[in-house]
Amino acid sequence: MSENYEYTIVKKLKLADAIYLMDIKAPRVAANCYPGQFIILIVDEKGERIPLTICDYDRAEGTVTIVFQALGKSTKLLAEYDVGEAVRDFTGPLGQVSELVKMPSEELKKKKVLFVAGGVGAAPVYPQVKWMKENGYEADCIIGARNKELVILEDEIRKYAKNVYITTDDGTYGMKGNVNDAIKYLVNEKKNIYDIIVAIGPMIMMKYVCILTKELEIRTIVSMNPIMVDGTGMCGACRLTVGDEVKFACVDGPEFDGHLVNFDEAMKRLSMYKTVEGRSKLREKEGDTHHHKGCECHNS
Amino acid sequence: MDVLKKVPIKEQNPDVRINNFDEVCLGYNIDEAVLEAGRCIQCKNPRCVKGCPVSIDIPGFINAIVQKDIEESYRIINKYSALPAICGRVCPQETQCEQNCIRGIKGDPVSIGKLERFTADWARENNIKPKAPEKKNGIKVAVIGSGPAGLTCAKEMAERGYDVTVFEALHEPGGVLVYGIPEFRLPKEAVVKPEIENIKALGVKIETNVIVGKSVTIDELMNEEGFEAVFIGTGAGLPKFMGIPGENANGVFSANEYLTRSNLMKAFDNNYDTPIITGKKVAVVGGGNVAMDAARTARRLGAEVMIVYRRSEAELPARVEEVHHAKEEGIKFYLLTNPKEILVDENGWVKGMRCVKMELGDEDNSGRRRPVEIEGSDFTLELDTVIISIGTSPNPLITSTTKGLKSNRHGCIVADEATGVTSRDGIFAGGDAVTGAATVILAMGAGKAAAEAMDNYLRNR
Repeated sequence: MSENYEYTIVKKLKLADAIYLMDIKAPRVAANCYPGQFIILIVDEKGERIPLTICDYDRAEGTVTIVFQALGKSTKLLAEYDVGEAVRDFTGPLGQVSELVKMPSEELKKKKVLFVAGGVGAAPVYPQVKWMKENGYEADCIIGARNKELVILEDEIRKYAKNVYITTDDGTYGMKGNVNDAIKYLVNEKKNIYDIIVAIGPMIMMKYVCILTKELEIRTIVSMNPIMVDGTGMCGACRLTVGDEVKFACVDGPEFDGHLVNFDEAMKRLSMYKTVEGRSKLREKEGDTHHHKGCECHNS
Repeated sequence: MDVLKKVPIKEQNPDVRINNFDEVCLGYNIDEAVLEAGRCIQCKNPRCVKGCPVSIDIPGFINAIVQKDIEESYRIINKYSALPAICGRVCPQETQCEQNCIRGIKGDPVSIGKLERFTADWARENNIKPKAPEKKNGIKVAVIGSGPAGLTCAKEMAERGYDVTVFEALHEPGGVLVYGIPEFRLPKEAVVKPEIENIKALGVKIETNVIVGKSVTIDELMNEEGFEAVFIGTGAGLPKFMGIPGENANGVFSANEYLTRSNLMKAFDNNYDTPIITGKKVAVVGGGNVAMDAARTARRLGAEVMIVYRRSEAELPARVEEVHHAKEEGIKFYLLTNPKEILVDENGWVKGMRCVKMELGDEDNSGRRRPVEIEGSDFTLELDTVIISIGTSPNPLITSTTKGLKSNRHGCIVADEATGVTSRDGIFAGGDAVTGAATVILAMGAGKAAAEAMDNYLRNR
């Protein structure tokens, strides 16, 4: 708990079943954050440090928007908090600013960009799409979800993206299929040419998008969501193999060249605390996978 | 009593303490402390003081104990140190004050550390607090990092009347005192928090959750928020890994991660939500205090634990007391042993570690004999968890976001040892951020020296 601020929740929306959006007062973070970065919050005294990618920010109001899925104990507890209540801690911005935001304007102007959002991954994709439009660049966006009910932030993304394509696994909305079917449709059938794809979603989705885009020879940026503790480079829990180097997602990322990321290793590491004995067994009985899975906003 | 021997100190029995996180050393009571203090011969030219990085008047505070004026003893220590209950517990006295003690020539040196701890604990229990400065000068100074260096600098500056704000990246102040050093060696609620509260009582403000370099830059603090000088005491928080195969397997942790989960996030306590993997058979690679802390934490979480260290016992960098306690707690030492590969099962979990035996060759530039592999001596240790504790380096967050602030090839901030003066006007630095990983007391010494230089700088601008 900061003695200087109360990290007060000023807005709360339920976007879909168990998916929530919150605007939280955090003036220092709001003043300095950019798309691509993340925050860490702690709900209460005994809580974990939960990393969440920034979904939006309002510098004038001093607020930061987060989207999370109430999956584990900590996020379920957060979902119970209402407007006017405050979380114990809120820190950031952490990680590197999105590669697109950092790219020189002359270079970015020439690029045709496609965003691929899977599930709650629409939350970290949204500020990037918005930033592109506000800075005079165009981009397309695919939003993929299991079903119609789980498609989130569609109106917001439509406001800023040039073309939006929806896919659902069960075909209840948009195209039936997954995001890769949509990428193939856009590239192979519609003959769209993309220079950069930014894919954010569950690791398994990012893995398969990267396998496809490697074949299609389209540079692909992913945002990784490994297990983290401090988020400042101190613990090394979030280490990943990228090419032949070990990188810390918290300080070197969270964005990486998706064609270089060792997803199989990353997914194994993500499952580490699902098998912890003792306390977690109790929680497994309650249907909890003993979070900590990292940026939950990415998990669908 | 035998005046050549120190008054023995009570400790928790090893068989009991491996099942709890309570403090191992129970400290002296007043009678024991007075007895031990009586062993000090009050040298005219006290060599112990020269061995102390913050030059505490050691004969002075010990003499006050002999007089049973413990409040006076506390006042004497507090002139030099803001964190006596902490230093009395974690300083490597055997290589500092106690190493120089005349008594040590023919017997045990005076237990200076244990006496410091006694005085500090007594003061806390009797609600004796440092006195707040009477006059404030209203000049704002910022301290980055709330570990030993930062807290000491903050205390010194507050006592000189400055308006001090400490910025801390994590959610609790204390730095390595809260995330690194375990509860059984340094209790957080009982010892660390009250000493930090004492510093706040001097008027020091602590703002947590501020990652300087990310949430705000040093230039913004100086140009927009009105801070006229800055002290950087951000420590050495980046863990080093060995770069051997298998290091990213599930079940391999940095000591920082393991200790942060247990200490800062209190994973050892079932009431807290952060998980920790305890492991059944744990190897800790390294021989420093951090390695001992990680090993003894794993032991308390129920594991069978071994230390794997590439040099011999004589070169172990850990405090003698920590090694002694680790052995008492049943931790096995594989000395002159170096890991070559972490063996991984089909599910990505650690199943063993291939090691090689070492022998000591010629001295290297650290003055220690360099370990050399004995060819063909490979063997495998079966285990399920590996904790890497081979050192840490400073976080580049600040140097990479502060123009003109020089750092060396190890990532350490370049600063004058005696004054903390950096390459940037008005910016001072000290502690592990400058030296690389060292000790609590050396960081405190640097924080103190930098405060004096900062005060001079601000008065003579």
